[in-house]
Amino acid sequence: MKKSFLERASAYPHIVWSVLFIIAPLIFVVYYTFTDADGAFTTENIARLFTSNYVLIFVNSVCLALIATVICLVIAYPLAYIFSRMREKWQRIMILLIMIPLWMNFLITTYSWMTILEDTGIINSILSVFGLSVHMINTPGAVVVGMVFCFLPYMILPIYTVMSGIDEKLLEAAADLGCSGWQRLTKVVMPMSLSGVISGITMVFVPSISTFYISQKLGGGTFQLIGDTIESYFVGTAINYHFGAALSLVLMILILISMAVMNHYTDAEETERRRIK
Amino acid sequence: MKKLFFAVIALAALLMLASCSGGEHDDLYVYNWGEYISDGSEDSLNVTHEFELYYKELTGRDMKVHYTTYPSNEDMYAKISSGTSNYDVIIPSDYMIERMIEEGLLAKIDIEAVCEKYGAECYYDYIGEDYRGLFYDPDDEYSVPYTYGRVGVIYNTTMVDEEDLGGWELMWNEKYAGKILQFNNSRDGFATAQYMLGSDVNSTDSEVWRRAQAEMLRQKPLVQSYVMDEIYNKMESGEAAVAAYYAGDYFTMLDINEDLGFYYPERTNVFVDAMCVPAGSANKEIAQLFINFMLSPDIAIANAEYIYYASPNSLVFEDEGYIEDMGEEAMEILYPEGFNFAEELNSYAYRNLDSGTLELVNSLWEDMKITGGLPADVYVTAAVLAVGIAVGIAVIVIRKKRRARFY
Amino acid sequence: MKILSRIYLILVFIFLYAPIAVMILISFNSGESTTEMQGLSLYWYREMLRDSATLEALRNTLVLSISSAVISTVVGTLAAVGIHRMRNRFLRGAVMSVTNIPMMNPDIVTGISLMLLFVFVGTLLGLESYLSFWTLLIAHVTFNLPYVILSVLPKLKQMDKNIPEAALDLGCTPIQSFFKVELPFIMPGVVTGFIMAFTLSFDDFVISNFTSGSSFETLTIHIYSMIKKSVKPDIYALSTLIFAAVLLLLVVYNMSDRSERADAKTEKRRTLRFRGKEGGAAK
Repeated sequence: MKKSFLERASAYPHIVWSVLFIIAPLIFVVYYTFTDADGAFTTENIARLFTSNYVLIFVNSVCLALIATVICLVIAYPLAYIFSRMREKWQRIMILLIMIPLWMNFLITTYSWMTILEDTGIINSILSVFGLSVHMINTPGAVVVGMVFCFLPYMILPIYTVMSGIDEKLLEAAADLGCSGWQRLTKVVMPMSLSGVISGITMVFVPSISTFYISQKLGGGTFQLIGDTIESYFVGTAINYHFGAALSLVLMILILISMAVMNHYTDAEETERRRIK
Repeated sequence: MKKLFFAVIALAALLMLASCSGGEHDDLYVYNWGEYISDGSEDSLNVTHEFELYYKELTGRDMKVHYTTYPSNEDMYAKISSGTSNYDVIIPSDYMIERMIEEGLLAKIDIEAVCEKYGAECYYDYIGEDYRGLFYDPDDEYSVPYTYGRVGVIYNTTMVDEEDLGGWELMWNEKYAGKILQFNNSRDGFATAQYMLGSDVNSTDSEVWRRAQAEMLRQKPLVQSYVMDEIYNKMESGEAAVAAYYAGDYFTMLDINEDLGFYYPERTNVFVDAMCVPAGSANKEIAQLFINFMLSPDIAIANAEYIYYASPNSLVFEDEGYIEDMGEEAMEILYPEGFNFAEELNSYAYRNLDSGTLELVNSLWEDMKITGGLPADVYVTAAVLAVGIAVGIAVIVIRKKRRARFY
Repeated sequence: MKILSRIYLILVFIFLYAPIAVMILISFNSGESTTEMQGLSLYWYREMLRDSATLEALRNTLVLSISSAVISTVVGTLAAVGIHRMRNRFLRGAVMSVTNIPMMNPDIVTGISLMLLFVFVGTLLGLESYLSFWTLLIAHVTFNLPYVILSVLPKLKQMDKNIPEAALDLGCTPIQSFFKVELPFIMPGVVTGFIMAFTLSFDDFVISNFTSGSSFETLTIHIYSMIKKSVKPDIYALSTLIFAAVLLLLVVYNMSDRSERADAKTEKRRTLRFRGKEGGAAK
């Protein structure tokens, strides 16, 4: 009987903790969304979300996050492939090198990017030697650069993990059966690495859609993203917990839906494979 | 194997504990504007540390000053009024003091009584006559003035043409698109537009505020960013060419970039920043000791020379050494001759607004801040990518169905 | 092809290391500017070490990240053991999905949801100021837990169920069997979980931003308030030191870990080969 106690009770602290500090806070987000400052029920906060300004903020965030995610994927996929074909010792070093920037505080690195991209910054002072200049800071492009920098490792790592698990023999077999290099890539490597790609996409898309600070520093003042807006309602000048909660609720639902869609496809993939077997 | 790693962690923990054992001490939480105290950087006097020493000498107890900063009155108000954190000394501006007194957020103070209790020398009497009984705190019950000044326009002489200078219009000049910095707080921001339009900054007429918002929206495409303390780096490096800001800070920037120029437009804000104690403070007496300490001659002069704001403390503005250190140009801008402080403050200060107007101002400001989209090509790119992804998924699904049928 | 991929690698690494290089370079600037090098000096390192607020923030961060990592490792390991043994499928699924929420949710939503909870409870209790070290600790443990659980669970799955049972048969109490048999087996997972928890909470800014009050400032919050002011190279000096410490820790960890990892690798290869055969047979 003693054994069953350990069995049953050891997860309890975690369950209690989850209820108190994961579920209860989310209930409070919903509660604050549907109440006003006096605690009375209202749907005004939700209604206000659908005015043009706020819809535009959501669209802005989705667009930039989408672009950043695709760029990350385009950069990371070949890189992960190159890594996975390296000798094991080198693979380890490369992954370590990819992970080190993750340890740097993103506030500081974002500030460094400002130094690099500014009109009087490093790139422009190098270009000015040749009499050139490019305006980069305070544009959506600069924000995308900041996002790609911060989240690129999260795309590389899962794809690499999956690719390094692909057995060399499968590729050899494909070659023996007459596949060209390109065909091996599209017919063998790509389908097998799909799950890594999908977890990479979620790991990049979620933080980039909700990012704040990066857009404040690199984007200038002419457009705003959802993360900055939420922050300004909680710690900024426009304090309004109720409306801020509404914004976060919608953001959360948006993300959960896109994750569900993603997961649906990976699950379909898995069951399919199992059935084929 | 991993022992080495754990040894490192254990060492860190040990170091941490060792530095932890500081023993018992009193605490004081000071919440101030950024760059608004002599902080010991670059061989200046470290005022908070000096206070710790002073307090130790006075009472024999250890003291730890926790010093944090806010970028604007409105940010500070948000923190104090939400009650999420506790502070002992804050330095709001006039209109904000008026509002906080009205809402019961400030505690009454009596510096003289506290000084007497602790046997400290009191410096309150040295506050100049002109700076007492001001409109926001007529009986001087809640606040002790720290600095005063006016808002002006800072520009980079190498980037801005001489003939464009003089008025607020410079901040709306399309020639400097992308090089203009605007205030990131509602009162100062709207005021630049209102002064330019010649309207009243304390109006209760919603039309006045809407007109100001329209001007701000017109300005928005030209604005590089909305800043408070970020202004220093941007003006110093020449990243921006035009900005409105408080006169004292101009000299801080001038120290680093000598190409900067400054002028007061004809109509501009006059402000007083005063030290107060929030009603929720847990250390009200120590807070008042700190305020008194800030008035003492060495400290007040160190602060005034570090932040370059005009001081209402006669121990400062009558001090020969201070006047010499500041130099002629600075004295002219900070303490202009024939400047009648009381009169100017009465006609050009911001006043607290009634709650209806305040709400309108805040929502107009928020509205202005969030208006604006990305360039069209960004949307087009995103749309193309979205379509591409959708097609990709569709292809995969169709292929899979076909394959499933095959098996 | 080989050369192309080399060039590609170099380009990506330039991109990833450019801001770090800039940071290190400017931390040695003798002037005040963060954009222009005026000469080399250690001036800003001295300035930084003189700033007591920075050192206090560093100490606070260490206190917070070590204590939150310890708590979440203990709670998380126990939880993983409990979840692993849960027979009720539905309950197990429910617990796992709740556990995953802080990982899937954007940090900002986790942060504000906790803040709303603290604000509500704080006002209910009529506290003067309710954001403090304790709220931060709760927040950090909350977002660390899933990472600990997810690094311990796979180890438990690898373990042969018969081993703890054998220990019981040989006269161990369940507690003894846990500490003598199971814990040593899952230890690598526990250590990974601890390290992840420590680094996550050391580096966290977004969640701390919403759950910290005036009385306890962590390093990232301190950096944030420094960056809001006029930025001087001392902040780069600070980050350079942190970078150096991280690098040192990683190298030490990797060296001490190498032999063990090599064992794990051969083990993994063996199982993979085995599974490959199995798969082939099924086809």
